Amino acid sequence: MSKELNDSIPTDSEVILGILNNSESVLKRLYVAYFPMVLQMIINNNGTADDAKDIYQEAIIILYNKIKAGDFELSSKLKTFIYSVCRRLWLKRLSQMSRFGGDIRDFQEYLHVEEDVDKHTEMDIQFNKMESALQLLGEPCKTIMEDFYIHNLSMQDICERFGYTNADNAKTQKYKCLQRLKKLFFQQK
Amino acid sequence: MNEVKLQDDIERYLSGEMTAVEHKAFDLLRKEDPAVNAKLAEHQEFTKILKQYSNRLALETRLDAIHSEIDVHTLADELIIHPSFIVRLWRNHHSKISVAASIAIFAILSTLFVTGYFNNQDSKYIQLSREVGNLKHKTDNLNLKLAQTANSRSGKIVATDRFRGTGFAITSNGLIVTNYHVVSEYDSVYVQNAAGKSFKAKVLYTEPQNDIAILKITDTAFKNLGPIPYTFKKSASDLAESVYTYGYSQDQGVFGDGKLTASNGLNGDSLDYQISIPVNFGNSGGPLLDSKGNIIGIVQAKQSQLEGVHFAVKTSYLLSAIDSLNQKVVLNTKNTLANLTPVQQLKKVKNYVFMVKVYDK
Repeated sequence: MSKELNDSIPTDSEVILGILNNSESVLKRLYVAYFPMVLQMIINNNGTADDAKDIYQEAIIILYNKIKAGDFELSSKLKTFIYSVCRRLWLKRLSQMSRFGGDIRDFQEYLHVEEDVDKHTEMDIQFNKMESALQLLGEPCKTIMEDFYIHNLSMQDICERFGYTNADNAKTQKYKCLQRLKKLFFQQK
Repeated sequence: MNEVKLQDDIERYLSGEMTAVEHKAFDLLRKEDPAVNAKLAEHQEFTKILKQYSNRLALETRLDAIHSEIDVHTLADELIIHPSFIVRLWRNHHSKISVAASIAIFAILSTLFVTGYFNNQDSKYIQLSREVGNLKHKTDNLNLKLAQTANSRSGKIVATDRFRGTGFAITSNGLIVTNYHVVSEYDSVYVQNAAGKSFKAKVLYTEPQNDIAILKITDTAFKNLGPIPYTFKKSASDLAESVYTYGYSQDQGVFGDGKLTASNGLNGDSLDYQISIPVNFGNSGGPLLDSKGNIIGIVQAKQSQLEGVHFAVKTSYLLSAIDSLNQKVVLNTKNTLANLTPVQQLKKVKNYVFMVKVYDK
């Protein structure tokens, strides 16, 4: 399966269009195409296959968001961009673990992508905050929040799911939950 | 309740569910009340993050699903750069190798230490036996062969002279003391007096640890020596005492004098005195006398690295060796040398000093 996909590395413009159109198959081909390159870089620089997975997925997310945001200009090959992002992320990770020996074995040419990586890291901090805020929120608030704000369910649906007698009660409940979630989110440093 | 209503309004405003009239009214409210405006902005920002967060989660789930289809393990095996065999061996086993190496070094050092290797390194004894050199040995062998050829009909074996040392009489009836290392390993011993006459002798008693051997002249031609002129000093002698020896370091008897320089031998060995007499090979077993004509030791060995340092076995060890003999030995107690000059002393002493010759078959 992976062999077959490997043989069909998508062109860069294919990838951009595919991601903009939410194409699952393009995403898969993209992922499969460049993973070995990143795996090679990481396992030969003090990393494990799991490290490679984490780093590679982060890089794909950065690329994905950049394309989705519409500000992606194809100034280099996608391959080089992904490699550069992974390299940057891995250097950061290594220095955090104080495993970085000051020397990295490179397999590709690379670009300076500090800006993209830093932007991504900032977002990550926000998401981590959100994740722990949702964890702390507990049920049923968590599900109400997710249903309403993420899955875009109507208040009517939520009333039925949670067995509220009228929409007003549900609204009051939702309001309280939202206030708590905001409090938890903004309190975190 | 008012807050809940406001929140509801904000959400409806943002989602565009409001009617045109409501929308207008809310716009007016935003202008009038900055607090409402701030609240709206905050809510907008917050829901954006929440939305992005959920998108991220969804994307991660998708990527995980894709990832699970990749055979990461096989890929990793293919892609890892295998360093050379030696490097891998070192990386995988460097702690074991280090430990093994440390143990090996420790074992070697302790073995060397226990066997006394380090103690012997700095200064070695050269036994003062007058070992005939390799060249002479070869010549002797040649001579032996020639003689064997010449005497092949009679089958006579010609003995060769191997070691020479010095010995001196302790009784007038032919008991002679020398160093053990002079006579060890040789079964045929002859002593030769100052006049050049040789007598057959046998080894009566040995103390290898103290390097003492006592010989008995067994030759029938041997006559009584007459009274021994020197006595044996039992007590320890003092440092800086003038001492001298007489011995066959060459084919003729040689006199040597010096001082007693230390009361113990090499590395504090209490067997020996240290003396500053320039002794040579062949002096081994010779008498060490003080200026009063007392025997205080047996000249023994030469220290190889320090210049002018030589050794003599103390008389007390000689006396205890004499005590260990089976026969009763009456030692001379009357010193006839005490008031003589060194020249006169030596004239007398040399008649009681013998060249010890040993032969192997």
